[in-house]
Amino acid sequence: MTAGGFDSATRISVGQALTAEDIAAAGLHADEDVARYATRLGDDALILSQRLSWWISRAPELEEDIALGNIALDLLGHARSLLTYAGTAGGKTEDDLAYFRDEDDFTCVHLVQLDPGDFGHTIARQLVYSLYAYELYTALSHSDDPTLAAIAQKAVKEVEYHVDHAWQWAMRLGDGTEESHRRMQAGLDQVWPFVDELFEDDDLTDRLKGVAVQPSSLRPAFDDAIRRVLAESTLELPSVPQARTGGRRGEHRESLGFVLAEMQSLARMHPGASW
Amino acid sequence: MADSSPQASTDPGTTATSSPEQEQFDRIIEQDSRIEPRDWMPDAYRKALTRQISQHAHSEIIGMQPEGNWISRAPSLKRKAILIAKVQDEAGHGLYLYSAAETLGTPRSVLNDQLLTGKAKYSSIFNYPARSWADVGAIGWLVDGAAIQNQVPLCRCSYGPYGRAMVRVCKEESFHQRQGWEILHSLANGTPAQKQMAQDAVNRFYGPALQMFGPPDGDSPNSQQSMQWKIKRFSNDELRQRFVDMIVPQAEALGLTLPDPDLRWNEERGHYDYGDLDWDEFKAVLSGNGPCNAQRMAHRIRAHEEGAWVREAAAAHARKQADVETKESTLLRHA
Ligand SMILES: [Fe+2]
Ligand SMILES: [Fe+2]
Repeated sequence: MTAGGFDSATRISVGQALTAEDIAAAGLHADEDVARYATRLGDDALILSQRLSWWISRAPELEEDIALGNIALDLLGHARSLLTYAGTAGGKTEDDLAYFRDEDDFTCVHLVQLDPGDFGHTIARQLVYSLYAYELYTALSHSDDPTLAAIAQKAVKEVEYHVDHAWQWAMRLGDGTEESHRRMQAGLDQVWPFVDELFEDDDLTDRLKGVAVQPSSLRPAFDDAIRRVLAESTLELPSVPQARTGGRRGEHRESLGFVLAEMQSLARMHPGASW
Repeated sequence: MADSSPQASTDPGTTATSSPEQEQFDRIIEQDSRIEPRDWMPDAYRKALTRQISQHAHSEIIGMQPEGNWISRAPSLKRKAILIAKVQDEAGHGLYLYSAAETLGTPRSVLNDQLLTGKAKYSSIFNYPARSWADVGAIGWLVDGAAIQNQVPLCRCSYGPYGRAMVRVCKEESFHQRQGWEILHSLANGTPAQKQMAQDAVNRFYGPALQMFGPPDGDSPNSQQSMQWKIKRFSNDELRQRFVDMIVPQAEALGLTLPDPDLRWNEERGHYDYGDLDWDEFKAVLSGNGPCNAQRMAHRIRAHEEGAWVREAAAAHARKQADVETKESTLLRHA
């Protein structure tokens, strides 16, 4: 299956046309469903980046200000590419989508919306998201949609580092001191109710067979990886019930409204302005 | 660049008693070569450098805060990305500088304690608030711009590790200045409200940015010694003058005015004259009574304290790993 209007498809290949600017300049036109799919992945990356960038100037050590900043920057890059591509369906820019959509129109999962907790909570969330995103982008690299495939092929290399970062910290915290073990386990317990939502198939992913990744297909590899890292870190797989979610349908946590209020405030004070 | 230090070829040093080590040190300074960590150096040189480099490092770290405030609200995703990268660069600068300071024998943890207990100072400019998005532009253009004027000559500093750290830092600072100028350029060419925002920011940051070069030469007791040691190459007023000469045409290109009625070209001097700066305010801010001193310190202290358990965990894990490795290698040896 192709996603409408691929006259410039040859320009979209690995190592080429991967940034938001390149995608915007390539004259692409994503079809509606592909745009919806790109939007949800873009929203996940955008909100997680927004959450993570909070740490810059607040991290436990300078090296972590830099590392977490790096990851936030990578995620923002993924969001920009995905939202730019999504915007091509309706003549919108990445900024139209990021700053001028209301809460109901965002389709991010609840995991990325959770209020920031301590460093253990952040590492737990990063571990879960990065392991999921690694499997996601690995699979999406083979998408029939060349733009999504190219974005994914670039992203997966970066996410590999994010996995490594979270994995290393899970081990340090799990194995470090009594307090760090307790906090890391608590972080895992807090984010765990939001894991299932990552792997839910729905009408959209069903319709986009070959283009989108079936989220449920990623679960076994994720489970394997998470079991390994938890075992190495002397941490336990949480046994907590799953939360009611609905992020993909625009049903969000209260916290998302606050994230968006802050993120969008300045842009909305000056509609139509350029920066 | 010519060396403008008038004492360059005469008395480069300190003491009257001339040990062979002192003579060797003096010779290195005189020949414009570099002192390296293992070379002998006078205690006063070591102390002055440790002070300067660590204050510079602290400034980079505290300097992350005013602009860091705007990461969450940056008005476009592209600007957000550039800003994250910039603030992250400043953390990197802090790291290189702490490493350079450590080569003089004081560990980073001690330097950090000096910052947190208020014993060490940092650049007073970061005690001013970044109230609007335009302040991010003004900080990049004026504050990073002033930092470049200060730091380019430091690339030739007599102490090797500091000079080399500055080479890396300066490359990034010039990106920062460019980006700040671009932010202001977009605003100055935007809506009337955006242009006003840009002008307000420049009005607020102009004076404090000029004060980043330190007190006037007549009032700067440490400068002379520092120039003799070739740590500093130009006086505070010389650097300030260069900075003013640089920013006047840049402000014109932006279509913004600089808030100084005395600013005018002096044909005779071949430089811009500028008005008196408020040095009472400078001293007040430096001594702790600026608009944000307490806030900046509280932020840093909180981050340090809340991160303690993480650093302890990392250290404990590293110790356990080392124990395992020692045991393994012992086993190997006995195998
Ligand atoms: Fe810097
Ligand atoms: Fe800078």
